[in-house]
Amino acid sequence: MLIGTLRARLERLGGTVTSSIWRLGFASRFFFYLLLHSGTAMRRFRLTIAQVYFAGVLSLVIILVSGLFVGMVLALQGYETLQRFGASESLGVLVALSLVRELGPVVAGLLFASRAGSAITAEIGLMKATEQISAMEMMAVDPIARVVAPRFWGGVISMPLLAALFSASGIFGGYLVGVQLIGVDAGAFWSQMQAAVDWNHDIMNGVIKSVVFGVAVTWIAVFEGYDAPPTAEGVSRATTRTVVTSSLAILALDFVLTALMFTGGNH
Amino acid sequence: MNRSMIDLWVGVFVAAGFGGLLFLALKVGNLASFSTAKAYQVQANFLNIGGLKVRGPVKSAGVVVGRVTEIRFDTETYKAIVTLDLDSAYQFPRDTSAKILTSGILGEQYIGLEAGGDGVMLKQGDRIRLTQDAVVLENLISQFLFSKAAETKEPAKEPAK
Amino acid sequence: MQQGTEQKDKADGKDSVVDIERVSFAYDASHQVLRDVSLSIPRGSVVGIMGQSGCGKTTLLRVIMGAYLPSAGTARVLGHATGELDHDGLFRMRRRMGMLFQFGALFTDLSIFENVAFPLREHLHLPEELVQDLVMMKLHAVGLRGAAHLMPTELSGGMARRVALARSIALDPQLILYDEPFTGLDPISFGVIVRLIRELNDSLGATSVIVTHDVQEALDVVDYVYFMADGKVIAQGSPDEIRASGEPFVNQFVNGKIEGPVPFHYPAPAYGADLELAS
Repeated sequence: MLIGTLRARLERLGGTVTSSIWRLGFASRFFFYLLLHSGTAMRRFRLTIAQVYFAGVLSLVIILVSGLFVGMVLALQGYETLQRFGASESLGVLVALSLVRELGPVVAGLLFASRAGSAITAEIGLMKATEQISAMEMMAVDPIARVVAPRFWGGVISMPLLAALFSASGIFGGYLVGVQLIGVDAGAFWSQMQAAVDWNHDIMNGVIKSVVFGVAVTWIAVFEGYDAPPTAEGVSRATTRTVVTSSLAILALDFVLTALMFTGGNH
Repeated sequence: MNRSMIDLWVGVFVAAGFGGLLFLALKVGNLASFSTAKAYQVQANFLNIGGLKVRGPVKSAGVVVGRVTEIRFDTETYKAIVTLDLDSAYQFPRDTSAKILTSGILGEQYIGLEAGGDGVMLKQGDRIRLTQDAVVLENLISQFLFSKAAETKEPAKEPAK
Repeated sequence: MQQGTEQKDKADGKDSVVDIERVSFAYDASHQVLRDVSLSIPRGSVVGIMGQSGCGKTTLLRVIMGAYLPSAGTARVLGHATGELDHDGLFRMRRRMGMLFQFGALFTDLSIFENVAFPLREHLHLPEELVQDLVMMKLHAVGLRGAAHLMPTELSGGMARRVALARSIALDPQLILYDEPFTGLDPISFGVIVRLIRELNDSLGATSVIVTHDVQEALDVVDYVYFMADGKVIAQGSPDEIRASGEPFVNQFVNGKIEGPVPFHYPAPAYGADLELAS
């Protein structure tokens, strides 16, 4: 009896694993098809621009405000600890490096996944549920080229810009709290920051991270939307899956990229 | 939302994004300061470089005049060979000395140049002959204890390791 | 009821736009949806495919559309066997077809005008004035020219379906497919759609296939009917023949009888047992 239930559980587990791997394969094939058929998205750039608007511009408010708050908190917490070592003038360095290297790409990516990623999934899923995708196929228009690809490239273009704006907003927030509120010397704040933050090593690596996150999040979002069962429940589950899977992917990729970029190498 | 409004906002967004990147590059990072300046390389050998890292600053009189670009180990002399990139705007005499100093008490290590009096200047590929190694804490402690022992005229104590 | 070659005689020797020859289809091994179906649709006619929900008629429509490939038999549409077409060939075939989906399937992010203009913009490179004229003509044909600037969400179901109809004829197709076009319409919209189907078919010189279970109304508009049950064609004929049919299933369906080959009760154990009455 016990063996029976145990075996059933193991079979279910095995089934979940194999179906996940199968799904990953399907998602990869979808991704390559998407890349190959991105010609329309490039030639009719208007479509992609519209998607940059929906994914990027409409996320601006949440990104800028969140960035500001994160920067302000970093300054508060950082000062708290740094001034114990008499290193409070390095506050600028702390805020800038934390944001540019890590928090900018990662937090902006997480916010992007929950705001724009879920919207993309829901939109594509609903189009599928209301037969708009089938209608497009019937009119001999490839829905992946016309609907999915512009959304993918819109997301990939928006992500690095949003991450940069998050970091900039955060540094400004750090300046507001650190210099204006707490009273750290403005000159030291900026000069130490400029000495410590390197364009190639820190900023460009942060940009590379945000591009990678953008590809991952948008890929997951369009795939989940396209693959969603055409029912209300199916679409809502797909939307949740997008946010969860994207967030996990961002954090996992962040670890891998940080290990590659910021350790080893130098000497 | 008609097309021209969308185009406008996307344009604003992309411009703002690049503006943010520019802000990060210029005001936050060190892009403005060094990468485009013309530079010449010189070498300096040290017995111990301590915590000196590549991309560490090279300063003279406290002003940044260059960067450390390479650190190698010479298997013949068993010394560290450090390559410095110096800004072409600054010329140093051939008998300039290079010391490894620490900024602050716990800060990063950098190379400090003290200009000599020679009329001939350093040029590309030259080697700085006068060098002072990094201060290693353990040696400092053993030195201190040794001198303390000598002071009190007692039999030499075992230096603490 | 006649089948096979006799039926082809009935079509006055007109060539067929759609030829379904012994087509079978299954989604997976356990679920056979179409079993050895044969029918043909003569040029210029309006043909109805009717039956109970789940009898396979929508699947048959998708086979005609080329969305599904038959697992057995051949589906010949507009002169090509769908199984032999590659991706581009399929798309080229579809440009000569128009399909009206069950609830219209208008693109919700585009205006009415843009929806009807969509096939024109995607496939033809016409100057803007010409697109404008064509869209207005199509909308005028369905009576919604004045609504061109509205969004799909602002229309009622009946109006949305008329716009979808205008969109499906935008490229002047030779074959128009209707998937349950009468579902959920008020009587007036109903009458409008019925009239439009016939008018458009005749004025475009096209052929129309209507999949529906709205029997009485459909029988008024079609030239010929195929009746399906359980994945098979069980009856066919002109509307009058169908109305007078003695075939039990057709009879139950056409007259809306509660009891017949399709039972009222879903298979269940004895009533008493479910109520737990003492035996």
